[in-house]
Amino acid sequence: MATRFKHPAQDVAGLGTGRALGFLAPAMLLIAAFLVFPAIWTIYIGITNYRLTGVEAVSPSMVGLTNYTRALNDALFHNALWLTMLFVLGSAIVGQNILGFTLAWILRRARPAVRRTVEALTLLAWILPSTVVAYLWVAFFDRDTGTLNSILGTTGTAWLIDYPMVCLVVFNTWRGTAFSMMLYSSALQAVPPSQLESARMVGASGWQTLRDIVFPHIRGHVLTNTLLISLWTANDFSPFLLTKGGPNHESETVPVYIYNVALQGGELGYSSAISFLLLLANLLVSLIYLRLLRRRA
Amino acid sequence: MTPAYVVRRIGFYVLICAITVFFAVPMLWIASAPFDKNPGLGVHWPDWTFENVRKTLDHPYALHSMVNSLIICITTALAVTAFAALASYALSRVRIPGRDALLYGLLLLSSVVTGTAAMVPIFVMIYQLGLIDSRFGVALVMTGGLLPAAIFILKDFVDAVPKSYEESARVFGASTLQILRDVVLPVARPGLATIMVWAFVNSWGNFLVPFLLIRSIDLQPGAVLMQTLTDEGGSVNLQVLPVFSLLFSIPVVVLYLLVNSRYGFRFHGGIKS
Amino acid sequence: MAGIDIEGLATVYPNGVRAVDGLDLHVADGEFFALLGPSGCGKTTLLRTIAGLESASEGTVRIDSVDVTRTEPGKRGVAMVFQDYALFPHMNVAENITYPLKVRRVAAATRAETAERTAGELSLNGLLERRPGQLSGGQQQRVALARAIASQGKVLLLDEPLSNLDARLRLEARTFLKKLQRDLGITTVFVTHDQAEALALADRIAVMESGKLRQLGTPREVFARPVNTFVANFIGSTPMNLLPGVVSSSGVSAAGGTLPAAASIPSGAEVTVGIRPEYLTLSTGDAIGPGLRGTVVVAENLGVQSLVSVDCDGTLIGVTVPEEQEPSVGKPVFLTAPPDRVLLYDRESGELLARQPVA
Repeated sequence: MATRFKHPAQDVAGLGTGRALGFLAPAMLLIAAFLVFPAIWTIYIGITNYRLTGVEAVSPSMVGLTNYTRALNDALFHNALWLTMLFVLGSAIVGQNILGFTLAWILRRARPAVRRTVEALTLLAWILPSTVVAYLWVAFFDRDTGTLNSILGTTGTAWLIDYPMVCLVVFNTWRGTAFSMMLYSSALQAVPPSQLESARMVGASGWQTLRDIVFPHIRGHVLTNTLLISLWTANDFSPFLLTKGGPNHESETVPVYIYNVALQGGELGYSSAISFLLLLANLLVSLIYLRLLRRRA
Repeated sequence: MTPAYVVRRIGFYVLICAITVFFAVPMLWIASAPFDKNPGLGVHWPDWTFENVRKTLDHPYALHSMVNSLIICITTALAVTAFAALASYALSRVRIPGRDALLYGLLLLSSVVTGTAAMVPIFVMIYQLGLIDSRFGVALVMTGGLLPAAIFILKDFVDAVPKSYEESARVFGASTLQILRDVVLPVARPGLATIMVWAFVNSWGNFLVPFLLIRSIDLQPGAVLMQTLTDEGGSVNLQVLPVFSLLFSIPVVVLYLLVNSRYGFRFHGGIKS
Repeated sequence: MAGIDIEGLATVYPNGVRAVDGLDLHVADGEFFALLGPSGCGKTTLLRTIAGLESASEGTVRIDSVDVTRTEPGKRGVAMVFQDYALFPHMNVAENITYPLKVRRVAAATRAETAERTAGELSLNGLLERRPGQLSGGQQQRVALARAIASQGKVLLLDEPLSNLDARLRLEARTFLKKLQRDLGITTVFVTHDQAEALALADRIAVMESGKLRQLGTPREVFARPVNTFVANFIGSTPMNLLPGVVSSSGVSAAGGTLPAAASIPSGAEVTVGIRPEYLTLSTGDAIGPGLRGTVVVAENLGVQSLVSVDCDGTLIGVTVPEEQEPSVGKPVFLTAPPDRVLLYDRESGELLARQPVA
């Protein structure tokens, strides 16, 4: 007698699909409310002339793609895009990447005490609250009594005003290098020691070893790391804490620009349109990143 | 010991020293200025005093903002841990229809919808809900933002727990509730602790969300109060700010060291699949 | 009493794989029963289906004459020891052993007493306060057994009970396990991929392949008379010789010679001849009667015995001989076998040809 019946929901704790969905619900509701909905709502606000105050605050009207055409011709937005590119290129793609790899590479064979000290310092720079870190750097760059001026003997140089983007690049390199360092450290551990030893046996120089043995192993990590830190840097709001975008928009990256347009200028519709462009850029980078990760796996 | 070797060693130490100085010097200020009789913005050997600490403790908003930070971050950490635990367990153990698509969507969300990209709609939403100046509103927004990554980290953790624990409890007649309470929860405790600390530290340092959503100075968490004090300028703040920075940094460093020593620092590279 | 009856059982995975494919099986009360087969043969799935951790797609499972096919695992009266033991790392040994009783809300005093008694039976005295992480592999296994026993199930299920132990400990644990099962008299089903383990422990063995039963019998039957070439290959620490042969009037000719065969099979039939190395006799003197002629190629010392490979007309045939009678390489030898040890299999299907006398 062979009776046949449906395969009941089976899982190790006997939870069942119904209760599993119940477990998921609170998290999904919060994510829907505070991530998915805002992202979608950006599109809507972006095609209105909604403002923080005034008539349009009470009854905003649809303006179609006006906000986007305005962005096309907005010199300040172009300026923000250009500064964000400089910021990402200087502090993430070059700064954090190269400093992080250098640290991972040279600390590999350093004495444990040296390695722990340097690692602890970079990690501390990474975990301290961003307002504290920003204040440290404001003090460091200060015109009158700042440490940098004492070291260089250049008292009176207002670094944050004269060279705001350079300051931001140095600041963000300092702040974020720990991540790249840790990622590259673990990637370097995956390089088979026997291959490095073979290279030494045939007399390869340090540079040749890096180029021919190490780099092919970590190429994937370099790519994904660069994408990730670029995405974070482009979305970083801490430049606001150092310069507020000034002087005269000279350090106004896209996040700061969005804030200034929305909450200082009160133009919620226009800033939403720019936010949506930022979301699209994030989406593009994330898709590439996940694709690379999946290919590596 | 060839000359080339000596040159390489010297180069190596010069490089290490340069990098160490680069990372250490900006931090020296937070170690010296809090205890200096004449605190300035530059680093110099302090003229020791605890006057600044007393001034900070007497400041009308300093300690108050720490309490605000605690309220916001404890709420956020508890909510993130509880909801991420439930969701990650369900996602790890039950084949819910559409699970893979959901996981991929969460992974995307966690990196695409950043605080800066969503600040305008979040501000407008909280504004229209009448939750401006609500610490609870800030905690809700932070919870929503941290959940996708938290679910991922925890799901990795639950995936690594052998299913035979639950199965054996089940064979011995334990109900689903008993299995979760007696077996799953205790076994998952290191993962839960890590996530709780991670969520706490992340919300502790978060500046943008409370900066957008809280206006009254008596409701501001520490991260925002620091900015408010900076903007005001003045000599009073040079006595308060360094001490406050130090106090405000302590929880983060302590929690980091705690997790590091108890469970070993596990490398969670933001988003990973 | 507490036997297990399995009828027409199939377990199909969502991806359509029939891990267990229409199985009929009866495990008698008090029997020590082995499920044996290569990995992926469905033996563990079968065990988990009996436990209720996998749900049957077809057929029925009865334990103690009660149909439990759709009963929750916890209500079937089974106790199970998992391959990784699944000892809860946050509970000490006593708490682990009595967790099944705690689930049933048995009073703490009774639990403590059970822990004490069961630990005594399994020589775990003095370890009750330890955590699993502080125990050796053998101790962990005994705690897992103690927990299963303390749960007082009607049947005991063991998934690869010895596979997590190192080789030296495994023999000791095997003896311990067999004695424990005899003393308790509890119906026990265990899964193993190790044929020696199954032969040593079980009262009866079910050999499985691709979700199907290939042979069911006592260790003696399965070893001496595999009913197909799959089982013949799988059982035995030295593999059975399987040679192409043709039935003749005087027996069966294979490898350039003739072996006696007791089967009543028409002459000229093409068969596979199966004979275990242990059942062949090697002689260096004159050839008498039917047998195979060859020269020694390799001799491997197995301790008390030696496995000698003999080249008979281009076919390598294994023979075990007492170690002291190991012939030198190159020596011409003569192999003979009693007729009831020579098994004939259908060349196509690999099934044992009927009407051969039972050994």
